[in-house]
Amino acid sequence: MGVNCAMSEVRKKTDVCVVGAGHAGCEAALACARLGLKTVIFTVSVDSIALMPCNPNIGGTSKGHLVRELDALGGEMGKNIDKTFIQSKMLNVSKGPAVHSLRAQADKAEYSRAMRMVLENQENLLIRQAEVCELLWEDEKIGEDVSSSFQKKITGVKTFTGTIYECKAVILCTGTYLRARCLCGEAITYTGPNGLQAANHLTDSLKKMGIVMRRFKTGTPARMDRRSIDFSKMEEQPGDERIVPFSFSTDPEAIQKEQVSCYLTYTNEKTHEIIRNNLDRSPIYAGIIEGTGPRYCPSIEDKVVKFAEKERHQVFIEPEGLSTNEMYVGGMSSSLPEDVQLAMYRTVPGLEHCEMVRNAYAIEYDCIDAKQLYPTLEFKDIKGLFSGGQFNGSSGYEEAACQGLVAGINASMEILGREPFIFDRSESYIGVLIDDLVTKDNREPYRMMTSRAEYRLLLRQDNADLRLREKGYQAGLVSKEQMDALLRKKELIEKEIERLKHTIVGANKEIQLFLEAHGSSPLKTAASLAELMCRPELSYGKLSEIDKERTGFSMELTGKPSLPAQVIEQVEIEIKYEGYIVRQKRQVEQYKKMEKKKIPEGLDYDQVPSLRLEARQKLKEFKPVSVGQASRISGVSPADISVLLVFLEHYNKA
Amino acid sequence: MTGFVYPVFSEGFRDIFDFERDIIMNTDTIAAIATALSDSGIGIVRISGENAIAVGDAVFRTKKGEKKLSSVKSHTIHYGFIVDEQENIVDEVMAAVMLSPHTYTREDTVEINCHGGVLVMQKILETVLKNGARMAQPGEFTKRAFLNGRIDLSKAEAVMDLIHAQNEYALSSSINQLRGELSQQVKKLRAEILYEIAFIESALDDPEHISLEGYPGRLLEKVNSLCEEIEKLISTADNGKRIKEGIFTVIVGKPNAGKSSLMNLLTGEEKAIVTEIAGTTRDVLEEYISLHGIGFHVIDTAGIRDTQDTVEKIGVEKAKKYASDADLIVYMVDVSVELDESDREIISLIGEKNAVILLNKSDLKNIVTEEKLNALIAEVLPGHKRIPMIKTSTLEKTGIDLFENTVRDMFFQGDIQSNHQVVITNLRHKAALQEACESLYLVRKSILEGMPEDFYSIDLMSAYASLGTIIGEEVGEDLIEEIFSKFCMGK
Repeated sequence: MGVNCAMSEVRKKTDVCVVGAGHAGCEAALACARLGLKTVIFTVSVDSIALMPCNPNIGGTSKGHLVRELDALGGEMGKNIDKTFIQSKMLNVSKGPAVHSLRAQADKAEYSRAMRMVLENQENLLIRQAEVCELLWEDEKIGEDVSSSFQKKITGVKTFTGTIYECKAVILCTGTYLRARCLCGEAITYTGPNGLQAANHLTDSLKKMGIVMRRFKTGTPARMDRRSIDFSKMEEQPGDERIVPFSFSTDPEAIQKEQVSCYLTYTNEKTHEIIRNNLDRSPIYAGIIEGTGPRYCPSIEDKVVKFAEKERHQVFIEPEGLSTNEMYVGGMSSSLPEDVQLAMYRTVPGLEHCEMVRNAYAIEYDCIDAKQLYPTLEFKDIKGLFSGGQFNGSSGYEEAACQGLVAGINASMEILGREPFIFDRSESYIGVLIDDLVTKDNREPYRMMTSRAEYRLLLRQDNADLRLREKGYQAGLVSKEQMDALLRKKELIEKEIERLKHTIVGANKEIQLFLEAHGSSPLKTAASLAELMCRPELSYGKLSEIDKERTGFSMELTGKPSLPAQVIEQVEIEIKYEGYIVRQKRQVEQYKKMEKKKIPEGLDYDQVPSLRLEARQKLKEFKPVSVGQASRISGVSPADISVLLVFLEHYNKA
Repeated sequence: MTGFVYPVFSEGFRDIFDFERDIIMNTDTIAAIATALSDSGIGIVRISGENAIAVGDAVFRTKKGEKKLSSVKSHTIHYGFIVDEQENIVDEVMAAVMLSPHTYTREDTVEINCHGGVLVMQKILETVLKNGARMAQPGEFTKRAFLNGRIDLSKAEAVMDLIHAQNEYALSSSINQLRGELSQQVKKLRAEILYEIAFIESALDDPEHISLEGYPGRLLEKVNSLCEEIEKLISTADNGKRIKEGIFTVIVGKPNAGKSSLMNLLTGEEKAIVTEIAGTTRDVLEEYISLHGIGFHVIDTAGIRDTQDTVEKIGVEKAKKYASDADLIVYMVDVSVELDESDREIISLIGEKNAVILLNKSDLKNIVTEEKLNALIAEVLPGHKRIPMIKTSTLEKTGIDLFENTVRDMFFQGDIQSNHQVVITNLRHKAALQEACESLYLVRKSILEGMPEDFYSIDLMSAYASLGTIIGEEVGEDLIEEIFSKFCMGK
């Protein structure tokens, strides 16, 4: 075995073991415990629960969507950042509603502490500081007759200190800790992030179970002492005046507060020169790093080399919390040696005299290619083993948290003997995230982007509750009251849209004057208020002047003179962008038809005649659950899908 | 509704995701020419699917215009006309109406029996496609027949083979035509569109690093020029189609063998010049001629000889390429000059193809004899069937009639056939270009109406995907790759 586990055996029983207490592990453990299962969450250090070892923010473009979806389903991240943010901003507000994205700066220490408290106070959940070094499994017989085969099934985990936890499901959320090593120029340390202990044993156990491992890399910039920075040379970046919460259960009024600023500065030719002159000392360019890094958050070395024509790159100086002087240097992650780092940072205006608290570094870690997983995030070949987060080859706190929740829900469903929850691309970014991970060839840490979602007009951050609350309720993570509130909201939206579509105004003098006052062309014949709202220069708010029934209608429905702001927001978007929305809804209908064509588990693709060799191999490898998923595998052509459909028709009738 | 009209989409609008899914899920109405394309006999354009009858009604008129296909009994046939958008008559036809489930596909079906003729059938199909039907994929009628339970399950395997075989054939013939400029142009257009999408998307994903200020104006200019280029391609697509009609005949031979003289004779006043194709390249001459009622598309190539001259080299390469696509090769030999390496190379070009050899300049001293030539052919192409040889003199205009008769006989005996798949793919290309253009019009509309930038990329992506169908490329991970390679993203 090669692992020096202690020989003494303490045996404990639980339902679920979650390995790792980062953002994925926390959501997974909370979901299981909240669904009534006895859950143990393991971490190498209780002080590192929900640690944010890289950027000090939650959300951002498309990631903000993920957090809101997570919240709609009953996850914790949104609530936790609402408690601990120190600045908040809605990005892309000048663009369409589908790409508005919320981002908040977190007080890192507070974020971690608050999440730890939630975990500690959660019924059914135990926190255990221990390194899991081995998974335990048995061969389970499938089928009754002689020809029956065997499948691996999880039975428990073993810690380095020798305790065995027998359980029904394990969720691996090991983040960047598996066989981690950190690189800073020539200096290499074999630790996880922030010098935390790496997990060096589990990989061997996973390999023995037949899991194929790979190695990825990511990096983080230096942290500076606030007192050494000259902010007068930078542009101040304040938060929004009106703060929008992440969580649908947070009262917006309760979180309006004083915010702290971030600061913007730039690199320059001098910075780039230092980097270029020292490239040979970069572990990446010297070939020491073997893991694959992400292209969307390149190190400053990468940016300078790949985009040599750019004269400067932006640098964001962001506070790490209220109780610390550490400042994060966004945009300048690096694995150059420390002396080069300091020289390079000091060329940036405002950082001339900066003092480093922590140096920048790159980190390499073991993870898997997620095509070994079903969309439930369970391993195809090992019953009861689930995984989420960076272990699955993703990157980012938000991506991790979403997978943790999905793995937690599905592990619970399996134990409870209920139907699995599969999230599809047409209903959520979470669905896009998981489908991409388990269906596509991912060669670098996966980050969510709005361009990955083909139905993005429907998957807005403002309607995440309308899309997913019900699913959270079905799973058992959303309360009856929350569900009722949602149904009420839906009803109000529908009724108000109906009313606006059927309230007709004539081309009379009052209306023409109103239109003229708002720079809008006069009416030739009568039109509905909805039609007027479609004009870019008009809005729901402006139309109140000529919308005589509005107040009465609202009083009747809600007892208040105006409908809730969240209802009005939906009404406005649904009406203004109706043409596009209707079109995407039609596309979704088509998409759903393909997703509904299920492929029987264990289908022998060698029995499907006429499949091309490449398609046959890919289908065997990916084992798609539906014809829809099969159609997205690269190397499977539309003709192959036709063939598969014809075969399935035959198969189902036979 | 008056004044400002918010963007709505024409019913005909579809994006590529719809398209692929429809093919797979059999949800829409499809049409195709169901008979072989030739200039003789009757041709059938078949329409099948939910809206088949409605599509039929949109294009079919009876003489007095009173009868609707939607009101006639199933399995009846009706005399009338197919009309285009301007209600101009395209052809006189018989339209058969067959209602589900007693049809081949088990869907509502309309079959338009027309007079045949490549141009007419294409025009009818185009009209049908403009009125809500989609061009059927290879094997799609049969596939639907199977999925709708019309064909016995035991035939499943045959159906699957058919789908693959026909797809491969369609693909290879489609790519076959694309070695030329169209493919280059489509690639260029796609690259330009992808760049714009990637720019918008990278700005949406990283608004703090990449700004869209002033961008809509720049994009508008770009879209206008893209539209112009695609419109130009669409207008030349009709010419292109004509080029592809008829028997693709390539005249090859060494320089000065009399190829151009033959061409002149064939297209001389006594012959029917159907059309002259403008803008052909300097190194080949193209003509469309009709011999005994058979359409020929004739290409006179540059003489083939071993050459170091760059310009001439290009001409020779082109000649070789044309020869490889030819339905018929006419090999002209100057009998007054010894056979050499170049002749050997020309013979190798013939390969498996149908060919006629003209022993030209028979008025001069015959150094090359049939025996010598046959010996060389046997050496280069062992086992090749006998190639007809005709003595001609383009100077004295002798032997030309014999040549024409020989070619006619080869056609009627079925030795040479024109590749009708070529015409079909051409229609596909045109339809794809039109779709791309429609999508770009929508982008333009969105810009002019001040829509937010994220809406532009939706229709740009549709245009990108439509163009991709021409060169057989899917969208895949192109966008993400482009974003990362062209734009410096963040953290």
